[in-house]
Amino acid sequence: MGINSKPVVFAALSAVVILVGTVVTVFVPLFMPSTQPVSSFVKPYTAIELEGRDIYIREGCNNCHTQTVRPLRTEVLRYGEYSKGEEFAYDRPFLWGSRRTGPDLNRVGGKYPDSWHYKHMQSPQSMFELSNMPPYGWLASNKLDTSVSFRKTSIQRFGYTEDQVKQQIADYKTRVTAQDYDSKETRDLVTPANLRGDLTEMDAIIAYMQKLGRDVKSMGAGQ
Amino acid sequence: MKDSGYEYSVVRGFAFSALFWLVVGLVIGLWIAFEMFNPALNITPWLSFGRLRVVHTNGLGLGFGLAAIFATAYYMLQRLTRSPLAFPRLATAHLWLFNAAIALAAVSLMAGMNTTKEYAELEWPLDIGVVIIWVMFAINVFGTLIKRQEKQMYISLWYLIAMTVTIAVLYIVNNLEIPVTLFKSYSLYAGANDANVEWWYAHNIVGFIFTVPVLAMFYYFLPKATGLPIYSHRLSIVSFWSLIFAYLWTGAHHLMLTPLPEWIQTVAIAFSIFLIAPSWGSVMNGYYTLQGNWEQMRSNYLVKFFIIGITFYGLQTLQGPLQGLRTLNAFFHYTDWVVGHVHMGTMGWVTMIISASFYYMIPKVTGTKLYSVKMANVHFWLILAGQLVWTITMWIGGIQQGAMWKATNPDGSLMYSFLDGLTSLYPYYRIRFAAGIVYFIGILIFAWNLIQTVRQAPANAEA
Repeated sequence: MGINSKPVVFAALSAVVILVGTVVTVFVPLFMPSTQPVSSFVKPYTAIELEGRDIYIREGCNNCHTQTVRPLRTEVLRYGEYSKGEEFAYDRPFLWGSRRTGPDLNRVGGKYPDSWHYKHMQSPQSMFELSNMPPYGWLASNKLDTSVSFRKTSIQRFGYTEDQVKQQIADYKTRVTAQDYDSKETRDLVTPANLRGDLTEMDAIIAYMQKLGRDVKSMGAGQ
Repeated sequence: MKDSGYEYSVVRGFAFSALFWLVVGLVIGLWIAFEMFNPALNITPWLSFGRLRVVHTNGLGLGFGLAAIFATAYYMLQRLTRSPLAFPRLATAHLWLFNAAIALAAVSLMAGMNTTKEYAELEWPLDIGVVIIWVMFAINVFGTLIKRQEKQMYISLWYLIAMTVTIAVLYIVNNLEIPVTLFKSYSLYAGANDANVEWWYAHNIVGFIFTVPVLAMFYYFLPKATGLPIYSHRLSIVSFWSLIFAYLWTGAHHLMLTPLPEWIQTVAIAFSIFLIAPSWGSVMNGYYTLQGNWEQMRSNYLVKFFIIGITFYGLQTLQGPLQGLRTLNAFFHYTDWVVGHVHMGTMGWVTMIISASFYYMIPKVTGTKLYSVKMANVHFWLILAGQLVWTITMWIGGIQQGAMWKATNPDGSLMYSFLDGLTSLYPYYRIRFAAGIVYFIGILIFAWNLIQTVRQAPANAEA
């Protein structure tokens, strides 16, 4: 074959050969609306939920937890309604995961009260003696950094104004620091005294947990 | 060796960088393997499983894998073109920059700077660094090929060219991201598209780092080590082009039964099954090369590595497409079965071939003989035993976990809680850890053998 003595032609031909499958299965779907459908029931993350999601990303939670319930009988029994494409329209990056060392989390929102999560994050073993999940109590010792929250939401085109983002942050802070917050006792238990009046990374990741799968319920109700 | 002006110091540099990152990556692997059954090792955030798992995969895939590829590529490139590297100083800069980047990668991942896209976790400044490093390599590849003395390009060079081109495309497309700060970015793609791009990348980065260049090594070093020519040139041509054509269609078999459009999944299944043919083309080419000379399995210590290595490649490329089938995938996906699958490829095929290539190449570039063939044999048996126990344990664990997830009571309710499934795996995780120790000892012997080979070089030089 003559091509075996022409390195540049060989490289060009290799590029064409690898691009065929790439174009058909990856590039073309990028421009097909059906690949990532949207639904008005699925709302973008609030600034706090997004900060929580970024902590989930930073800690590599996706290495043990998936976020896709497959349309299989036992899976729906275990986790709830199977995952729909629409749910992920605001997910950059996607967090479907590839291994379930821990359970799937796509339907965890609303499954437990916040207090459950504070306790579980602080010490998974205190609730499930044999769990192998690392403890994340230290998240409650980190004040939540919201300095780039607005930038984050605007890059992701969530459509919030800067004031709306500030309001979301203030609202959530009011909620978790209020005297009548239903998980106050547990939150105070895991949060150092000097941070109890502030938002911590723990608060944010729990806000994110509670968002997961919530919109699907309204999707079902609207149909 | 008085080979006129061949640049071997960079070959040596990359080979020992590979050994260094191999040892580091395996120590981290053992650490996280222990965390799987005893969370007490999650001492600080920097050492928690979620962060360290990524250091393990990147350290071995990019640190060990790429360094070994660069070492052997720079060697094969010069030998097969009968020309010294076009830009030796660029290659030296490449070596230093590469190691700096891997070190920074490890630290940044432990610090939690992580995009979560598998095997593409590095944040955007390091992505730019990786692209620069790759361009530096590509310049030498094509520069040397253009000014080569040997007219025909041998099979191994085809694989190196395909790798150079494809990795560039994969890496750039999948890592397009919008920076928020210096240490944080968001993917350009959202949801299902992001998943599709990512698994197109992840599947093929494995293909074009752990298959294509390793086949280049196999096709070069097997004939060199045995003195036997490759059985069929035509088969290697057919295998090459069909492999690189079909590979790129199959990424979505990692996304079976997810919200990704079904047609993309189905196309991926079809091409995955097709891929068995070119993969086994190379396996058969390897086996038939030894036709009539099988006694070399006993008499030539290197042949074991190559033949057992290509056998694991053959098993890997059968197991992979089968796992992609919807029904089997529904059972095996997300379990430890897949973890076992990956490690047969990396601990079996990839490491076996790189080991043998280094055993052949390092004495050549230092003008000496291997320090100890006996140690090389011990290394072989330890990594073979370690890997087999490791992977088979994970397969059994995976089957058990898959079955427990699916088990229902007569009334239709679930038989086991999630935690039941997890805790039933702890005995397997302990066995896996022990097997990892055995494997690690084999690797330490490998590294020690090569260090000693280089050390004795001046005294024993025959050139």
